[in-house]
Amino acid sequence: MEWETVIGLEIHAQLATKSKIFSGASTAYGAEPNTQACAIDLGLPGVLPVLNRDVVRMAAMFGLAIDAEVAHRSVFARKNYFYPDLPKSYQISQYELPVVAKGRLSIDLDDGSSKVIGITRAHLEEDAGKSLHEDFHGQSGIDLNRAGTPLLEIVSEPDLRSAKEAVAYMKKLHQMVVYLGICDGNMQEGSFRCDANVSVRPKGESKLGTRAEIKNLNSFRFVERAIEFEIERQIDLIESGGKVVQETRLYDPDKGETRSMRSKEEANDYRYFPDPDLLPLILDEAFIHAARADLPELPETKKRRFMEAYGLSAYDASVLTTSRALADYYEATVAALGAEPKLCANWVMGDFSAFLNKDNQDIANSPVNAGQLAGLLRRIQDRTISGKIAKEVFEAMWAGEGEADAIIEKRGLRQITDTSAIEKVIDEVIAANPEQLAQYRAGKDKLFGFFVGQVMKLSKGKANPQQVNDLLVEKLKG
Amino acid sequence: MSLVPLSLTAEKNPWSTSLDSIAMHEKTIAQLSAGLAAGEFSSEELTDAFLERVRRYNPQLNAFITLTAETALAQARAADERRQRGEAGPLTGIPIAHKDIFCTEGVRTSCGSRMLDRFISPYNATVVDKLNAAGAVMLGKTNMDEFAMGSSSETSFYGPVCNPWDLDTVPGGSSGGSAAAVAARLAPGATGTDTGGSIRQPAAMCGITGLKPTYGRVSRWGMIAYASSLDQGGPMARTAEDCALLLGAMAGFDPRDSTSVDRPVPDYTAQLDRPLNGLKIGLPKEYFGEGLDGAVAQTVETAMAEYRKLGAETVEISLPNSQLAIPAYYVIAPAECSSNLARFDGVRYGHRCENPKDLLDLYTRSRGEGFGPEVTRRILVGTFALSAGYYDAYYLKAQQIRRLISDDFQRAFEQVDVIAGPTSPTVAFRLGEKVDDPITMYLSDIYTIAVNLAGLPGLSLPVGFVSELPVGLQFIANYFAEDRLLNVAHRYQQVTDWHLRTPLAFA
Repeated sequence: MEWETVIGLEIHAQLATKSKIFSGASTAYGAEPNTQACAIDLGLPGVLPVLNRDVVRMAAMFGLAIDAEVAHRSVFARKNYFYPDLPKSYQISQYELPVVAKGRLSIDLDDGSSKVIGITRAHLEEDAGKSLHEDFHGQSGIDLNRAGTPLLEIVSEPDLRSAKEAVAYMKKLHQMVVYLGICDGNMQEGSFRCDANVSVRPKGESKLGTRAEIKNLNSFRFVERAIEFEIERQIDLIESGGKVVQETRLYDPDKGETRSMRSKEEANDYRYFPDPDLLPLILDEAFIHAARADLPELPETKKRRFMEAYGLSAYDASVLTTSRALADYYEATVAALGAEPKLCANWVMGDFSAFLNKDNQDIANSPVNAGQLAGLLRRIQDRTISGKIAKEVFEAMWAGEGEADAIIEKRGLRQITDTSAIEKVIDEVIAANPEQLAQYRAGKDKLFGFFVGQVMKLSKGKANPQQVNDLLVEKLKG
Repeated sequence: MSLVPLSLTAEKNPWSTSLDSIAMHEKTIAQLSAGLAAGEFSSEELTDAFLERVRRYNPQLNAFITLTAETALAQARAADERRQRGEAGPLTGIPIAHKDIFCTEGVRTSCGSRMLDRFISPYNATVVDKLNAAGAVMLGKTNMDEFAMGSSSETSFYGPVCNPWDLDTVPGGSSGGSAAAVAARLAPGATGTDTGGSIRQPAAMCGITGLKPTYGRVSRWGMIAYASSLDQGGPMARTAEDCALLLGAMAGFDPRDSTSVDRPVPDYTAQLDRPLNGLKIGLPKEYFGEGLDGAVAQTVETAMAEYRKLGAETVEISLPNSQLAIPAYYVIAPAECSSNLARFDGVRYGHRCENPKDLLDLYTRSRGEGFGPEVTRRILVGTFALSAGYYDAYYLKAQQIRRLISDDFQRAFEQVDVIAGPTSPTVAFRLGEKVDDPITMYLSDIYTIAVNLAGLPGLSLPVGFVSELPVGLQFIANYFAEDRLLNVAHRYQQVTDWHLRTPLAFA
């Protein structure tokens, strides 16, 4: 039988605010346990939540960016359950009336087409703390630094049909929230994590199969692997006469498998009800307007502009707009150089990105800024150096040896464009290789490359390649 | 009963003319404030005198859970210094007591529960901060029904509070400790909280004046939540004037409480003397029907006659959904409390059972041991009401009833300025009489609960005695009309002396 996979993702994006969603405590990552938890985060008797205004602004920006409805009235509700790292024994979330509803996001598929994924809703909620089970001699430690951290939970429609689509959607959403500046996107620190609802059904069937929810996937790779494993598990189960049960499963990255955590029967009845400590959240037109004004240029728009303004291919434009920082760097380079956007694109996507990757470095901390890169490209443009020499200069710039011009001078890398000087080198090469010359003249055209290589080698790469070509053609004719 | 109120004019009122002859503990806050201002005594002397009374009488009453004598005297000395600097306000140096539901930094805040028997709050409630800032002196923390759940102050982990008028009867609840302390003159004023009548009903049963402000008027920050959408802190004192002084310090917007209202606080003493000519008092027929003690009804009638003499007009009105208030309340309040009290899980603070064998055991035993039976009952009821499949039938329905009740009041206020009736259907009942019959106990708040559901301000003042036990009259006004309530009570207190009577054993 042919099977169809149906996937919906619930993504938790930690909002990049300085303080928590309902308290003034810091959200900075990595502090000593329980040093960033105030009375409110600890759920002391008598404390009350007060909503962080910035959190609302960010949620509204997200809603506008995905063409969703930003609710004029939304309501915070309590989700009640007991867990040691949930200080109030309820999580303040949004239930019936979320702040954002009915959005969509377009993803690019492998075959070059695109697909629109529906976003059911996005709601605000607070994170819980962390339970630490190691090093406490049979007891558990509770760290409440994370308790009260603002989250935007983004729930997709079950529109995804494969693990690859799920990853493409997740990456697109990741790009979006980072672009908007509302999430730092750091997946290792849990700033962007995913629960996947996965089910299978016979192809052509319209009814959804029973789903399993895989919790807490914190990398693109885990999402892909966990979903793939889960699809196979469900198909195998059904084909061998079994039934998928509705349950929550955990992905074990070491074993590459998902494991049952709790079944539907064991599931909590969360007893949601509107939180009486918080008034309904009312957003007027002025607030939504202001959020719209805060929106940066979004990836899709930027990509189209790059194609039109710089004459870039869809591929180049899409790579360069992967992140706002990369796009900004590219545009700064083009502006500084004042010409050759394609040359700039090649360098930003090529050597520059490769060096960043190699050193695992952010653009913000790159040793070569856009102005400096443009300084190098200007020397290619005015033929002071060749593209090949430029790579050597770039490496030196990356190592902190200074500006392009200084390195070119210091190392004597200036390109040789003087015709007579090049001719002199060519003559030397021809004289040194009489055998190859004879073969070439006998019709072995392939040897042309050999002569180019020898000339470049003898000139230490400094001879202008175009001139070398032109002159060699003439000289080899004899 | 044929107790005829004394008709004294303000000028002839002996209490306002010959202060010197009155014992310190018999004076009102306003009188004590005048005495402090005139240098007749210091706050330290005053505080010492009240501490002495607490030590002497509390064993009979059990009104206080915690006495903070040392800090009280330090606060009193600071108040005296402040007065020296010329920076004293009307409450500077006045000793008061806080209901043990208000968090007090460095002091046990038990909420009347074993769960918090050893809980020392690391911060102050806004109400406590505000009264501290006004220079008030905290004598200690008063006893109460556990987590404010009760109408008799018998559910406290620290034992029941006794009514100073008859030690075999209850003082009402849940702010019974505060009410008994004020009535027995162990404190000139106290704070209370009112979720369904917890200020007004004990004020009535102890013969004092108590005001539940409009929801949102007084900050709930640091006031341990019972039912968040109903809870409201307020003053309890002998007179309306004293309540006005206390409320002036307690009220106001608090950025830490999202439900507090950003609206200026008026000078609540400014309108006290406003004449009552033309005041229209509505008497809901539903508040004078079945279940109301005949003698209590008679006493309320007599008070109404006095009001007519003062120039007010009384008209019968109807609040047709009144009978739905108790059932709606006993869905909403338990639902909210089941969630509010979930944080008491034995993990971070509060009672933790010995040697838990696993997490479930930690939860069930810590909570089972920490909470008393009434709290347990309400948590269970509320958990049920919020459960999947029951939410619409109970919680949602109760919220709809709440709206109907609010609408009833709004229609009434189109006709009348204030609404009056008995605060409670009976005078104080005997200790132990209703503990095993929760439904009868709940009916003790039948006239007060609707006011919380609507979020309106309500006040109870003493208007006579039945079987030598005080009777309270409740006034209800529209939102933020606390000044009107205080004015209506104050004018009556200018011509009567019920509020000045002291239980014989504590005179």
